[in-house]
Amino acid sequence: MARSITPLLWFLFSVGGTVAALLFPIHLLLTGLAFPLGWLEAPSYDAVHGLVRHPVVRLYLFVFISLPLFHWAHRFRYTLYDGLQLKHLTELIAVLCYGTALLGTALAGYMLWSIS
Amino acid sequence: MRAEPSYTLYHPRWYRRRVSVWWWLQNRRYAWFVLRELTSVFVALFAGAYLWQLRALAQGPEAYAQFLARLGTPLFVALHAVTFLFVLLHSVTWFNLAPRAVVVRVRGTRVPDWVVVGVNYAAWLVLSAIVAVIVLRGRA
Repeated sequence: MARSITPLLWFLFSVGGTVAALLFPIHLLLTGLAFPLGWLEAPSYDAVHGLVRHPVVRLYLFVFISLPLFHWAHRFRYTLYDGLQLKHLTELIAVLCYGTALLGTALAGYMLWSIS
Repeated sequence: MRAEPSYTLYHPRWYRRRVSVWWWLQNRRYAWFVLRELTSVFVALFAGAYLWQLRALAQGPEAYAQFLARLGTPLFVALHAVTFLFVLLHSVTWFNLAPRAVVVRVRGTRVPDWVVVGVNYAAWLVLSAIVAVIVLRGRA
C-alpha cells in the first residue's frame, strides 16, 4: 500500500466508523426488527420511494453505505493480518477488502442514481 | 581438538517462538479485542443489506413487497438480531474510545473525557430520533 494513501484510508476508517456507530443501530432496529416483527407498521412502497427520490436522502444513503464499507475494509484487513497471521498475504487482502468497499460504493452510486 | 571452532551466526529471528493462530483466545482481553474488531463484519453486512433493499426499491412495488416478506422470515430476523447486537457493541465501544482518538481543547484546556463521550451519546440519541421520525412519518 502506497504511503501517500494510508492517511486517507485511516480517515475513511474513522469517519465510516462514526457514521455506522451513530446511524446503523436505529436503521437496523426499524428495518431489521421492528417492521418485520410487526412492532411498528412499515412505511409503504410509495412513502419509501418518495423519500429516496429526495436528493438529500440520496446523498445521505450514499454516505451511509459507502463510508461504513471502508471502515470495515480497513478494520477487517488488520484483523486478518493479526488474528490469522496472514501478513504474507498483505497485497491480496488489501485488494479484496478495499476492492469490496469500492464495489459497494459503485453499486450504491449506481442504484441511487437509477431510482427514478 | 579442532583448531577452528565452528560458529553459528547470531540470528535473532530464529529465536522467535511461533504464536498460535488462536492467540486471541488465550486471554479474555485479547478475545474481547478481536470481538470488537469483528463488529466491522456486521457493519459491512448491514451496508450490503441496505444495497439489497435499494435494489428491490429500484425494481418496483412487487420486488419491494417480496423483499419485505423475505425480511420477515425467521432466518433474516435472527440474522438482523445478531447484527443489531454487534452493531450496538460497535457503537458503544466506538463512543467510549472517542476521547482516546480525539483530544478536544477549548481555550487551551482539554475537554474532559466524560464530556466527549457524553456528546457522542447525545448525538446518537438525537440522530436516531430524527431518523425514526423521518422514516415513520410516511406511514399515514
